[in-house]
Amino acid sequence: MDISTKTTDASPPTPAAVGKHGAARTKSRPGDRVFLGLSRGSGILLLVIMAAIAVFLTYRASLAISKDHGNFLTTFEWNTNLIPPTFGIAVLAFGTVVSSVIAMALAVPVAVAIALFLTHYAPRRLSGPVAYVIDLLAAVPSIVYGLWGALILVPHMNGLFGWLNHYFGWTGIFSWDGGAPRSMLTVGILLAIMILPIITNVSREVFRQVPQMHEEAALALGATRWEVIRMAVLPFGRSGVISASMLGLGRALGETMAVATVLSPDFDIHASLLNPGGGTFAQNIASKFGEATQDGRDALIASGLILFVITLLVNGAARAIIARRKEYSGANA
Amino acid sequence: MAKRIDVSGLTAYYGSHKAIEDISMTVEPRSVTAFIGPSGCGKSTFLRTLNRMHEVTPGGRVEGKVLLDDEDLYGAGVDPVSVRREVGMVFQRPNPFPTMSIFDNVAAGLRLNGNYKKSQLNDIVEKSLKGANLWNEVKDRLNKPGSGLSGGQQQRLCIARAIAVEPKVLLMDEPCSALDPISTLAIEDLIGELKERFTIVIVTHNMQQAARVSDRTAFFNLSAVGQPGRLIEIDDTERIFSNPSVQATEDYISGRFG
Repeated sequence: MDISTKTTDASPPTPAAVGKHGAARTKSRPGDRVFLGLSRGSGILLLVIMAAIAVFLTYRASLAISKDHGNFLTTFEWNTNLIPPTFGIAVLAFGTVVSSVIAMALAVPVAVAIALFLTHYAPRRLSGPVAYVIDLLAAVPSIVYGLWGALILVPHMNGLFGWLNHYFGWTGIFSWDGGAPRSMLTVGILLAIMILPIITNVSREVFRQVPQMHEEAALALGATRWEVIRMAVLPFGRSGVISASMLGLGRALGETMAVATVLSPDFDIHASLLNPGGGTFAQNIASKFGEATQDGRDALIASGLILFVITLLVNGAARAIIARRKEYSGANA
Repeated sequence: MAKRIDVSGLTAYYGSHKAIEDISMTVEPRSVTAFIGPSGCGKSTFLRTLNRMHEVTPGGRVEGKVLLDDEDLYGAGVDPVSVRREVGMVFQRPNPFPTMSIFDNVAAGLRLNGNYKKSQLNDIVEKSLKGANLWNEVKDRLNKPGSGLSGGQQQRLCIARAIAVEPKVLLMDEPCSALDPISTLAIEDLIGELKERFTIVIVTHNMQQAARVSDRTAFFNLSAVGQPGRLIEIDDTERIFSNPSVQATEDYISGRFG
């Protein structure tokens, strides 16, 4: 009896009902229209903003580059007050990439290790508070990091720099002439600390989402805890860790105040990471923009365009890496 | 190669909650033993105590003895990792490693256990896939991801992965409950072949399946929700399904509850 009632309920609707239902579907309701308009508008707005930034950067940059007396890509000089102005981004590109690479090399392994510890080793009592503290680190304003870097970190780098110079000075990369340690390495270390929280947090979320059944599969084969992480957790989290690193890298590439506060800039490329000097795109813009002439501002905007392009390239590369092993990603499990 | 399991006085907890109480039984080598019983009766928990997977769950702990031939799995100084290398497991949902190819999935356990030459690995992987009746379906795509296979194929891949390391015992936790009838049949046939080489314990909700594949059947039950599960009886499968000695078993089998 019960079953027959259910069957009637589930039977295909009569033609009349279909017609009524179909009509209800095609009729547009005001709520739907408003929501559609809002969401479509937001999407379009985003594209418009992106396009506007690109057009603005390209236009102003082309003005500056057409007046540039030096080679925009290779000149080691930034003299926008000369007539004609002479400037190039080589030093800035070098400094930006080097400081970010240092930051990534230091931060990613530590962040992944912290994330693994929090998700797979630490007792739950401990992992909650620790994760919270790491979240707080992400909320510290970058100028505060900059002040801390300049007042605390820089004076404490002498010991490390002396040690590096003593043992690895012969490589040239770690030679040090004893100047104030306001150098690329110090900037890289500070940037590493700044991007650590975001990489840790995103990695932690990714590792936490590794399905229990994959970890149990490894355990049941006789894997130790570390082998479980190697077989099931790290491969599953790989693309997520790459994305997390890209978020961190984005911050490192564009970081302005902390770099400007710590670095003692000049317009040259130094083989040594320990001697002061060099510069980054963002730091250069921040320190020169206020007093720049119209031409000077255009030149800085041109350097900003290059930073924009570098960021796009890095993100594209990361997406390509993720996509290359998509069928193994675990998303289709 | 296959070993006898001898359980005595086994009680398992989740934190302070007692999940199963005082279970004793013997599982003969080269036979299939099925665990049946209503949900929550602790049959899966009990299965997981046989390869020390229970204690992986936070709060999981075990009292009592599980002898594998003469070695106590819970003896002092016994490493759970080495226990799991002797007692393999197949899970309810097929769980091949999604980031590995079919070949690497089967080789995963071998790579944990030691150094094999490439040619040895090839041989063992082929033998294991043949043993799991999967070789013919995948031999041309060993380097493709395991997650691209159908559910039934994935489960047989997991069986191949488990038998590749030549365990003494193979535990199966409702291995067919996520599969369609044809895949289920393939797994059941496979169980019949595997019992020539391994001691097999299978948890199932499907009583026909227990009747079809097992030599011995154990019925578990719990007196009320929140009470620990107990072993009601274990006997030859034929006897359990025709003339069980406990009334509760008969009630369950004839569909009067559960």
